[in-house]
Amino acid sequence: MSGRVEGSMAGGGSAVSRVVIYGLLLVFAAIFLTPLFVMLITSLKSLDEIRDGNMLSLPQSPTIAPWLSAWGTACIGLTCNGIKGYFGNSIMMVVPAVAISTILGSLNGFVLTKFRFPGHKLIFALMLFACFIPFQAVLIPVARVLGMVGLGNSIGGLILVHVVYGLGFTTLFFRNYYEAFPTELIRAAMIDGAGFFQIFRRILLPASGPIIIVTVIFQFTNIWNDFLFGSSFASGDGVPMTVALNNLVNTSTGVKEYNVDMAAAMIAALPTLLVYVVAGRYFVRGLMAGAVKG
Amino acid sequence: MAFLEIKGLVKRFGKLEVLKGIDLDLERGGFLVLVGPSGCGKSTLLSAIAGLDTISGGEILIDGEVVNDLRPSKRDIAMVFQSYALYPNMTVAQNIAFGMEMRGVPKPERDVAVERVAATLQMSHLLSRRPSQLSGGQRQRVAMGRALVRDPRVFLFDEPLSNLDAKLRVDMRTEIKKLHQSTGKTIVYVTHDQIEAMTLATKIAVLKDGALQQVGTPAEVYNRPANLFVADFMGSPSMNLLTAKAVSRNGVAGLELPRAHDAAIFLRLPPNIRAGAVQDGAELIVGIRPEAITDPDGADRNSPLVEIVEALVDVVEPAGSDTYVVTEASGKEVIARMRSDADVRPGQRIPFAFDLNKAVLFDPRTTQRIG
Repeated sequence: MSGRVEGSMAGGGSAVSRVVIYGLLLVFAAIFLTPLFVMLITSLKSLDEIRDGNMLSLPQSPTIAPWLSAWGTACIGLTCNGIKGYFGNSIMMVVPAVAISTILGSLNGFVLTKFRFPGHKLIFALMLFACFIPFQAVLIPVARVLGMVGLGNSIGGLILVHVVYGLGFTTLFFRNYYEAFPTELIRAAMIDGAGFFQIFRRILLPASGPIIIVTVIFQFTNIWNDFLFGSSFASGDGVPMTVALNNLVNTSTGVKEYNVDMAAAMIAALPTLLVYVVAGRYFVRGLMAGAVKG
Repeated sequence: MAFLEIKGLVKRFGKLEVLKGIDLDLERGGFLVLVGPSGCGKSTLLSAIAGLDTISGGEILIDGEVVNDLRPSKRDIAMVFQSYALYPNMTVAQNIAFGMEMRGVPKPERDVAVERVAATLQMSHLLSRRPSQLSGGQRQRVAMGRALVRDPRVFLFDEPLSNLDAKLRVDMRTEIKKLHQSTGKTIVYVTHDQIEAMTLATKIAVLKDGALQQVGTPAEVYNRPANLFVADFMGSPSMNLLTAKAVSRNGVAGLELPRAHDAAIFLRLPPNIRAGAVQDGAELIVGIRPEAITDPDGADRNSPLVEIVEALVDVVEPAGSDTYVVTEASGKEVIARMRSDADVRPGQRIPFAFDLNKAVLFDPRTTQRIG
């Protein structure tokens, strides 16, 4: 009897709170999705339609011309080849930078947890410190160093800067993940005669899937979205996507082509979006794995 | 010459000395068990032999060769870990073959060796599985297979049975013993379980706080413990350790054990103590195992000295095969092991037979055995 009363009360309460929770979630989702929605429909409208119509109204005659223009013919600075070249710049910068910083981070994590040496705590603390240095504070010293090593104004220079800046984070990720990795496995492999890199490749890496995905997503989004380093250490045709997008949108000549701007912005955001969609599940899972295993 | 020799081994972590000068040796084909409470340094000693930990002083020799500075892989040893340490991303066969692969043994040879070991350990049907698909006992078997397949000079076992349930532990214990008998390999085995130590070892080394307490055959360590720590640590239930006073009654040297509600117990000196080793009036600790205190019928007929003492029964604990009877002396419980069918009830006064041939005496100040 009393059980039934309690049950029905609990049921009623949860129904109300469910409505509230889902209602709030829907409202917030709408708030977050509206800009994306506006970008998308604007990029599919013609300029005339944009001038006449409502910002939120669907395109009357959808066209992909703005996308093609943004990709291939829009004028950025003095050249009118669209953003495709800059998209390529970003890819050429992001892929090596992510790969190198991830590999180095995992090696660092390996050494800092399983091949400890005197002072390993200090080294790790210093590497962690790198996570907290504001980018702006090091712009001029970095520019000097890049100039001295002959990497100024080049994709290679950007790769170097992003690797160095990313190392603090990637090392932190891998160190914390490997901290929970059983040391006896490493010892067993040592007795089996495996060397440092054999242990790394055969024992540790196969168990690092989740944390590699976390690191790759983190590094990819950070480096792809970076604007400051891109605008500081590259120029002309060598700038990455983000800087090119800015130059396209902030142009002061001619008619403002909102539809092309929006299409270019969508293209610029696509890779990170894709990475999240493909690997997002693992991202959350990876973050949780480190938390629960410990 | 000893096959495995450890000379003056010292290991420090910072200022903390965890191994304080260990001297040990083991003949070829011997089974050395390092036993002691947790934190006594036994696993550190094993890691030092394996080469997984560096040492701060002393020497380790295998077959006459100093291996101090050799890497683990160059020492020709194999180790079974407490957690089994199976590589989770590899199959059982790959796990077993990994060591050979790292040493550059060609694939056909590896396959043959894996098959042979799998057959020995009766796990041929498990070869294509992954460690996560195995039970605890099967994992243990794979870990042993991985050690066996390389045919190393020395096997090291680090508490290999402590993660198994009680029944499986006893089975695997027997299996390890069989394995040792059939292969004749030299084994160093770490455990905190004194029963494992007794059953497996040809030689036991008892450690405490990084120092050796006693080294000897299981019988030596059990029957003639070197000090109070070893006496208390080895054996279950543990040895009765009772404060006594050396006295002479009618010209007979003996021990007096006061009792709370009775006259003091008088026991003649154990026959293995030579006259004059004990001063009259000296405080001593007499150690006597529960199985050396029995009902008079159960006493050892060949013993040269059995003393019968009437005492009050406090507690009776039937354990199936035996009955443990608890009485009191020197302010402590005294546990006696009687036949399972002995008709004993709490509150009774019954005769206890003390087999003094199996008693040992300790100096309470130095805690060392006398005689």
